[in-house]
Amino acid sequence: MPSYEPEVREFIVNNFLFGEGGSELSSYDSLLEKGLIDSTGILELVEFVQKKYGIRIEDHEIVPANLDSIDKLVRFIQQKKGEAVG
Amino acid sequence: MCGICGYLNFGSERPDEQTISAMIYSLGHRGPDERGIHCDGPVGLGHARLSIIDLSCGHQPMRNADGSLWITFNGEIFNYIELRKDLEKRGHRFATQSDTEVILHCYEEAGEKCVELFNGQWAFAIWDSNRKRLFLSRDRLGVRPLYYTWKDNCFIFGSEIKAILSYPGVRREIDVIGLDQLFTLWCTLPPRTVFRGIEELPPAGCLAVEKSGTHAWSHWQLDYDSECEVLEDEHLAEKLWSLLIDATKIRLRSDVPVGAYLSGGLDSTIVTSIIRRCTDTPLKTFSISFEAAEFDERRYQQEAVRYLDTDHHEIRITGKDIAEVFPQVVKHTETPIVRSAPAPLYLLSRLVRQHDYKVVLSGEGSDELFGGYDIYKEAKIRRFWARRPESRTRPLLLKRLYPYLQNLQSQPVEYLKAFFRIDAAALQDLLFSHLPRWELTSRIKAFLSQDIRSEIGAYSALEEVRGSLPAGFAKWDPFGQAQYLETRYLLPGYILSSQGDRVAMAHSVEGRFPFLDHRVVEMTTRISPNQKMKVLDEKYILKRAAGEAIPQSARTRAKQPYRAPDVDAFFSQGKAREEYVAELTEPGRIQRDRIFNPGAVAKLCEKARKGSAASVKDNMALTAVLSTELWLAEFIDRGGQWSHGGETNRAVI
Repeated sequence: MPSYEPEVREFIVNNFLFGEGGSELSSYDSLLEKGLIDSTGILELVEFVQKKYGIRIEDHEIVPANLDSIDKLVRFIQQKKGEAVG
Repeated sequence: MCGICGYLNFGSERPDEQTISAMIYSLGHRGPDERGIHCDGPVGLGHARLSIIDLSCGHQPMRNADGSLWITFNGEIFNYIELRKDLEKRGHRFATQSDTEVILHCYEEAGEKCVELFNGQWAFAIWDSNRKRLFLSRDRLGVRPLYYTWKDNCFIFGSEIKAILSYPGVRREIDVIGLDQLFTLWCTLPPRTVFRGIEELPPAGCLAVEKSGTHAWSHWQLDYDSECEVLEDEHLAEKLWSLLIDATKIRLRSDVPVGAYLSGGLDSTIVTSIIRRCTDTPLKTFSISFEAAEFDERRYQQEAVRYLDTDHHEIRITGKDIAEVFPQVVKHTETPIVRSAPAPLYLLSRLVRQHDYKVVLSGEGSDELFGGYDIYKEAKIRRFWARRPESRTRPLLLKRLYPYLQNLQSQPVEYLKAFFRIDAAALQDLLFSHLPRWELTSRIKAFLSQDIRSEIGAYSALEEVRGSLPAGFAKWDPFGQAQYLETRYLLPGYILSSQGDRVAMAHSVEGRFPFLDHRVVEMTTRISPNQKMKVLDEKYILKRAAGEAIPQSARTRAKQPYRAPDVDAFFSQGKAREEYVAELTEPGRIQRDRIFNPGAVAKLCEKARKGSAASVKDNMALTAVLSTELWLAEFIDRGGQWSHGGETNRAVI
């Protein structure tokens, strides 16, 4: 089973942290609480996941429970791809 | 409208004309018509004049009859004719027709309390040689600027910071706390500026400087504490309209022709309409249109021009235009900026000047006073939603509020809740209305270098704002609280400065603002919030007052805030549009200047080149980085002096 974590982390660090402080960002940190995501950011994130992993995200799935930390994102991608969530 | 400067030296050195001269020259753009110097004992006063009233006799610095008082004055006292009549009845004799002389006579009559008599926009210094006291004052809302500093035993002041930096040996250092304020609130909190040790006299500020010490006070307070006046809409609208007519009329007093800015919005259309009714002379109007449709309001401008029959001139702005003039703009704002919006206004004042106009009226201030900005509507909706946070329909109002923000339209409710701070802590916060904007702006600080962040330490600009709110603020109506925050901070600190005085005076153009007549301001503080914003209809009572005086579209159109392209102005087709953009953001340069983090800036620029730096944060951050680097190069690194290339008609020394 592929690990999506490094790619997802790289995208977030590059696009929302502008490459800085990535090591301080834990997989469980809330992107909202850290102030990393604004209204455009969430759309960038959704576009990235859809393109990169060839999955379609429905409007009702765009909620913090699915997208608000690296860990949540990885689980969400796994789920969407029909893989067992570890 | 002019530039003023001077200094008061309590040491053994006497002021010399050469130093004052260098200070005046740095302000040459503000007053190209004439320059004047007066040195007397410990004081030296300088003046760069833009002649508007009493063209032949209003020279400055000006003295009173016995020579005991000397003034250098920038601005206008619009009620000088009425004040003069009163003074003449009391036996005062006048040598000129100018408003400057009226200030001197009022000072003789009422002392430093004279400022309470003035209806106008001013920054001046009066040297009272009998008391050996220098008195400085600034208008109530902060239309005209005034800065000062101390060097050893010398007090130095000027309309712009350039004049102060032209005094030998004044230090050019960055104030990191000022920078933190700027990257939170869009402006600094007076007296602090982004220059360490150089202070701004706050709006409505007075300062008296004597050998024994200095004394600072406010001559006026903005307050939403008073009971609202209960008046029927119709009666209130009539009362408001007649006051607006008078506020506009007295702002047409001038010995040179007066034009108007016409944005196509409600406020400038109202001002233009009133001028049209007050004068028979042809009226020239000026406006900005944008190549990019999302910023453009040309359609509404054209409707207003047809309806009001003005001689209209417009300048069409592209991203390239903004990038080209941006370095010049920062030279005039004298502070980093987080938006490119001052640049088109800089080009607009150039257009005005090309038509040989020196004075324009505009609708500035109305959005603050009548609740026109989206931030008021946003706060109202957020409070409404926060009372029932589980509601699925209430947040939809927020989407309706920003029809022009595509990204917001596709936001799920859960995210809206987080972005718009629908939480209990925010509701309790005195800064509730402004938290989303200020928290969003604060994200620029993620680009600051570790050094600067350590220097800023635990400082919080929001804490400072909370600590400086007037007594009783917590009990005000939330609408009044939001209005206070907007009118007290952003209006003078950014709108009237970087978007106002600085970019207009860059081309020797004076702005006048009928809505900022203090009688209008005081009246609006007593209008009930529901008459300012009826449900979600902003500026309701103002629209009602204007009635048929303006085209129907100006009353019914959706409010569009004035914005300009940021990232798209600086980057196009995969590269920086101007060489300086690439140079200033180059990692070695960023590293050398130590303000920002080179890696983060490189990533931001990469995103901009790819065309994906679309968020509000990305746009603000890029504009902040570029303007800060330009500002550093112009003001901190630079050892030379500023001088104005244009010829002066005459020097009075």
